[in-house]
Parts: sequence; structure tokens; C-alpha cells
Amino acid sequence: MTEAVLYSLVAGIFVGFAAGYIGSLMVLKRMALVGDALSHVALPGLALGILFNFNPFVGAFAFLFAAAVLTWYVETTTRIFPDAIVGVLFVTGLAVGILLTPEVDLLEALFGDITTVTLVDALLAIGISVPTVLASRLVYRRVVLSMLSDELARSTGVNVAAVNFVYLFLVTVVVAVGIKIVGTILVGALVVVPAAAMKNVSRSLSAYALSSGVTGIASAGSGILLASYLGLPAGPLVVMVGTVIFAGALVARRITT
Amino acid sequence: MGVESPIPAIPNPSMTAAGNILQVTNLGVRLDYIPILEDVNFHVRKGTTLAVVGPNGAGKTTLFRVLLDLVPHTGVIEWSGPIRVGYVPQHFVVTDIPLTVREFFGFKAKVGYEDSLAAVGLERAILRKRLDVISGGEMQRVLIAWAILDRPNVLLFDEPTATVDIGSEDLVYEGLNRLERDTGITVLLITHDIHVVSHYSDSVLALNRTVRFFGAPSRLSEPDLLMEIFGSGSALATHKHELVTRGLR
Repeated sequence: MTEAVLYSLVAGIFVGFAAGYIGSLMVLKRMALVGDALSHVALPGLALGILFNFNPFVGAFAFLFAAAVLTWYVETTTRIFPDAIVGVLFVTGLAVGILLTPEVDLLEALFGDITTVTLVDALLAIGISVPTVLASRLVYRRVVLSMLSDELARSTGVNVAAVNFVYLFLVTVVVAVGIKIVGTILVGALVVVPAAAMKNVSRSLSAYALSSGVTGIASAGSGILLASYLGLPAGPLVVMVGTVIFAGALVARRITT
Repeated sequence: MGVESPIPAIPNPSMTAAGNILQVTNLGVRLDYIPILEDVNFHVRKGTTLAVVGPNGAGKTTLFRVLLDLVPHTGVIEWSGPIRVGYVPQHFVVTDIPLTVREFFGFKAKVGYEDSLAAVGLERAILRKRLDVISGGEMQRVLIAWAILDRPNVLLFDEPTATVDIGSEDLVYEGLNRLERDTGITVLLITHDIHVVSHYSDSVLALNRTVRFFGAPSRLSEPDLLMEIFGSGSALATHKHELVTRGLR
């Protein structure tokens, strides 16, 4: 196992858990495709990082954060559904990103490249994933309650707009950090597939959140090891492992109900 | 307003201090430039039950949303002292979410689940069930138990027993009245049931965009007043028990 694969594995395990954990909220909020589309907005930021020689993660995060703020603002001040504004941002981000990204780097930006993951990348992944999960845990129940009923949440003193903003911020963080592992095209799957799988077999919210995170670890870890062994890109294999788990969960649900 | 109301159009501010927990003055709500509520004035005395009645689209639920500070409005909402509001919504649908009743209660409080469940006639075993598999009647009672979980001093009930079976309905309201007696809680409830208004409320607010009547529940037996509130096409429902005794159900 090369150092790059080892670093990828470490990063994949931490990012996989964070993505699965946050993804469990996105699936509950029926924002699975919003997360996927949002990830594409990162591409112009990655391109600027590559062009001007600064960490592409910073560029990706800046663009994702701006898109999340815009989505949140439109959601809270207008009657436009968030998927509509994210849909517009998605195609615009993708178009601008493809125009800006040098052709030689485009493939890595779109699909990730575990052979280029460094120790700094792995430490960054740990340093970002751990606080992201801890912060998610703090707002998790409030996000679910405001999703169930605005009125019930407000009656218990929950600031629904603030909670939704924190939640969107955490989504952007985990998407930005996941791009290095699976690329902009597939990071949405890293977030959504584990949670979509575990919703089929979970009997409680806490079990669902935790098992989504663990499935994220299983998907990312297995995908990266398979990629290293087979000499194939990690992103698609991470997603394929997740899809196999999803199919297994569907079968399990059919058997148990 | 064709019917005499026991309160003046602009309430005397001194009334607020004298035992009222809520004073609403000149309340107005417009949604997309359409007036939903206009010049609404009423008060609620601490430790009493106010029934809010009116035809569909009268602005009853909007009034509750204003009291929860969810809707922009004009006019003045004055609560007396610090309040903790419990709320039971009219519609609450949970589909395909792995959330147990215990976890749902945990959103609000760590203890007191058994007492709240007992107040609405539910067994402890329901705590283990997922919210998306319990019946509509159980869901409504779970919501009521949830609302009273942290011992609020004001309860807002939007048709709280619409999907509760006959036997459980009186259980819920008797439980509420007991809570009111024991803890001095104030209850505001939206209902279409004349039995609930007459048996379980101390005052009634009839809305149809504006206040059509505010006063004692006994006045609602007057046909002219009912016509004024609801028009000729509809009226308050007779209580289910009375329908049963007449062999209609």
C-alpha cells in the first residue's frame, strides 16, 4: 500500500463517516439531489485554485458556501423551492468550472484522484470531518423537528432559519472535503447513498444516523482499497460499493416487512 | 359586527394587568395582500380555556401562527410575564422517517414521558414505536402528550381531537381541564364541536376574518348569533356522543 493510498484511506474513513452522517439529514429532508447538485458548484472554485496555485479545497469551499448562503436566503425570503435555485446554480457552476479548469486537471476535479492525496490532505480531512460531525450532532434533532413542523419547532424555541443555515453550512463543508476523494461529480453519492440505504433498515433516528455514517466508512474504505488493488479510479468504486449496500438494504427491508 | 361583543373594540389597557395572560389588540394579518385577519381584539384570562370557532378559512389557524410568531402581522400581542407555549398542530404527517415516539419526546424533554402519556390515555409501550406506523388517533394523542411534556403555561390546540376516537375525546378534554385546575395552565383551542365549547371552555372567540363574537360560551346557543358567525350554510358540529345516543353513528 503506497503512502498516497494510506492517506486516502484515512481521509476516506473520516470523510465517509461525516458524509454519511450529514447525508442522513439530507435524505430525511428530501434534499438528496440538492446535495448532489450543490457539489458541482465547487468546480469553479477548484479551477481557480488550480489556475492561481492555492489549495483548491479553499476555492471549492468558498464557492459552495456562497451557493449555500444564496440557497438559504432564497428559501427563507421567497417561495421558490431550494431545488430550483440549486438547479440554476448547478448548471452555471458546472459550465463556468469546465471553461476555467485546465483540460489536464479536469478529470481529477470531476472524479477525484487518490494517488495525489497527501498527508496534509488526510490531516485536513480529519480536522474538518470531526468538528463537522460534532456540530451536526448538536443541531441534528432541531433540524429534524423543524423539518417535521415549523410550528412545533418554533413552539420549543428553535430558530428554524438559523438551524437550517448551520445545516447547509455543514453540508457545504462535508461536500468540499469529499471532493478530493471522489471528485465533484460523485461526491453527492458519497453523501446520499449510505443514508438512502440505511433508511430502509433503521428502527430509530439514532440508529439511522450512526449506521449511515458507518456505511459511509464502509463505502469509502472499500472503494479506495478496491481502486488501489484494481488500478481503477476510486470515486466510481466508492459509489458502486455504496450502491451494493443500498441494494442489500432494500432486500433486507423486503424480507423483514 | 352585527352582534354585541362583551369587549370594547379597543380594550382597556388596565384589563391586561388584571389577570389576563394574553391581550390581543387591533391584530391584522395579510397574506399576498389578502386580508386574513382584521382588527382582532380579545383577551384570555390566566388559567382559563378560550375556544376559537369559525367557518373554514376564518383565520383561526392563522391566529395561532401569529401567536407562535410565525406570521408577520400588525397590532399588538401582549403576553403577561414569561410564557412557555405547547402547541398541537391541525395537520402532522410523518411518512417513512425512522423516528420513535421516545426520540420525538426527547426533542423536548428528558423526563416526564409516562405522566404525559397517562394524561392522554396512552400506554408506555408506544414509546418504542415509530411515529410513521402509529394510527392517526394515536398520533394526535402523542402530539398532545408532547405538547404538555415540559409543563407549558399556555397550550395552543388546533382541533386537537379531530382524529381521536369518541371514547378518547372526552378523556383528552377532561385531562386538559384537570391540567388547567392543577397547574393553572391557560388553553386556547380551535374546535368545531359545540359540546367542547360549552363543556370545556370558559370563553369563546368567534372569528370570520374579524371578531364576530367574544364572550360566554352559553351565548352560542342563540340561533341569530350562530347565523352571524357561520352564515346560513354551516354550523358547529354536534358532539359525537350525542350522535351515538341518537343512534346516528
